Amino acid sequence: MADNNGVLVCGEVAEGKLLAITLELLGGGRKLADELGESLSIALIGSGVKDLAQEAIAFGADKVYVVDDAALKDYQTDSYAAAMDAVVKSANPRALVLGQTSMGRDLAPKMGFKLKTGVSMDCIELSIDPSSKALLQTRPVYGGNARAIFSTGGMPQIATVRSKAMSALERDDSRKGDVVPIEGAVDAAAARIKVVSTVKEEVEGVKLEDAAVIVTGGRGLGGPEGFQELEKLAKTMKGAVGATRPPCDNGWVPAAIQIGLTGKIVSPDVYFAVALSGSSQHMAGCSGSKTIIAINRDPEANIFKEAQFGVVGDWKQVMPPLTEKIKELLAG
Amino acid sequence: MNIIVCVKQVPDPEAPPASFKVDPAANKVVPPAGVAPVVSPFDEQAVEAALRIKDKQKDTKIVTLSLGDNLVRDVIKKPLSMGADELVLLEDPAFEEGDSWSTAYALSKAIEKIGSYDLILCGRQAADWDAGQVGTGIAEFLGIPCVTVAKKVEVGDGKATIERVTADGYEVIEAPLPCLVTVSNELGEPRYAALKGIMAAAKKQPKIWKPGSGDGDTIAVSADEIGAKGRVTKLEKLFQPVKEAKCEIVEGETPADAAVALAQRLREAKVI
Repeated sequence: MADNNGVLVCGEVAEGKLLAITLELLGGGRKLADELGESLSIALIGSGVKDLAQEAIAFGADKVYVVDDAALKDYQTDSYAAAMDAVVKSANPRALVLGQTSMGRDLAPKMGFKLKTGVSMDCIELSIDPSSKALLQTRPVYGGNARAIFSTGGMPQIATVRSKAMSALERDDSRKGDVVPIEGAVDAAAARIKVVSTVKEEVEGVKLEDAAVIVTGGRGLGGPEGFQELEKLAKTMKGAVGATRPPCDNGWVPAAIQIGLTGKIVSPDVYFAVALSGSSQHMAGCSGSKTIIAINRDPEANIFKEAQFGVVGDWKQVMPPLTEKIKELLAG
Repeated sequence: MNIIVCVKQVPDPEAPPASFKVDPAANKVVPPAGVAPVVSPFDEQAVEAALRIKDKQKDTKIVTLSLGDNLVRDVIKKPLSMGADELVLLEDPAFEEGDSWSTAYALSKAIEKIGSYDLILCGRQAADWDAGQVGTGIAEFLGIPCVTVAKKVEVGDGKATIERVTADGYEVIEAPLPCLVTVSNELGEPRYAALKGIMAAAKKQPKIWKPGSGDGDTIAVSADEIGAKGRVTKLEKLFQPVKEAKCEIVEGETPADAAVALAQRLREAKVI
């Protein structure tokens, strides 16, 4: 397969819009394609997605492969893999890049094994080796304690990329590109698994991914009541509340607010880390924060190695006056 | 109901980050002295998912399957002490240093040899390489459906009903049996091994399989398909990111004073 050429991004659409991660992948993919001197294409898979082709071009794509089928309304492994397979056969890319999302986590390895090639999940950096043109894939391993750079023997070279690891380009509606519809790729009857229902666990207030301020609590809060105190500070600063894994696993708070390697990856301006140790697996989800502030009664806790500001003390005694004083400062 | 659970032995991910070391010349992690390896936490949750099915359907048989070399018996027998029935080990130096591809291939061949299965469970990813692909790979090699990142797994009427975690909640998925499901931490805490279980596990001997023709105690794989030789990805470099540790600790007479001082300091630094 010597003629593999170009970079293919797997697009994702929700509520009629390209996801932020897709715009980021187009931005990052554009750079890789330019370094290679090759083209950047995107696969838009779904139902009613063809209208987004121009937007994908405005954000950097040269070519848009559209698989628009009512059977692709919701993500389902088998039918999306069949659609992606048809796009890969048509585009024959050197690299296939997906987001490290609910869909990318599922689809990327599926494509790797289907196409008999290697995959690197959750990359934070992709680059091109100038001499071999190989895609170098950097990803955190060992719960964030180490980083590894991988290359792939097979083609296409597949990687998923963590959200906010790449930057989107400015929208430019004067950009030109081709739209290639792909028909007949999906056989709905061949889908072996069935999505019976979708349940949204609504979280009130500001969404974690969008919040400029996040107040996160850990195991040290001792129970769901502790999170009410964090809620007060979050409300004062118009921010959101997050949690490490133990409070979610213990059912104190919904799993949807988990921040970390296996939860959400956030990068707010201000991150309050309260009564949490700062494990690598948690830091993997918040180390992109501009300022981290630690409150923990254990001066040896790892979080003090990660934070810029800290108070050593019991959260029960620190949080109420801290919230009060911040409220006063913000009002004044 | 026959369930196979794939379980990996990993360096303890809860070990203090300061004890974590990489040998950059060898591109390998140096195991911290005095810290015993553990069963990868997501795999323990996969065992728990299997046991919850067995709690309801008593005629369930759970076989756990592990791959590596010099596996620590007390560690790798933990699923037995939690309540699993049998243990199969792919134990040979040739299985080591694989990637998701060669590991999934060897495991799928072992599962074919085990023969009867309705459900295969894996952790969503292992706590060492965090690749999150082996489950999908096994399913692909066996030609069965795969559902990833589950927080609940139930079986009945020839199908599995799975709650799959999504970014803002979960979806309910039905898959025909046999199928493979990868389990996430949202499933909840795995049970402790009771003393009775630990004593029963101590008496059980694992089956140990090697690469070979598929006869006797071997699985049908050739040496260049497994472990390091069967990789499709290459590890170019392994390193530890450099951290600047400069935390300004704000102090006060009382915790409340420190809290007020912190708020003022954050204002001064224009953080808030």
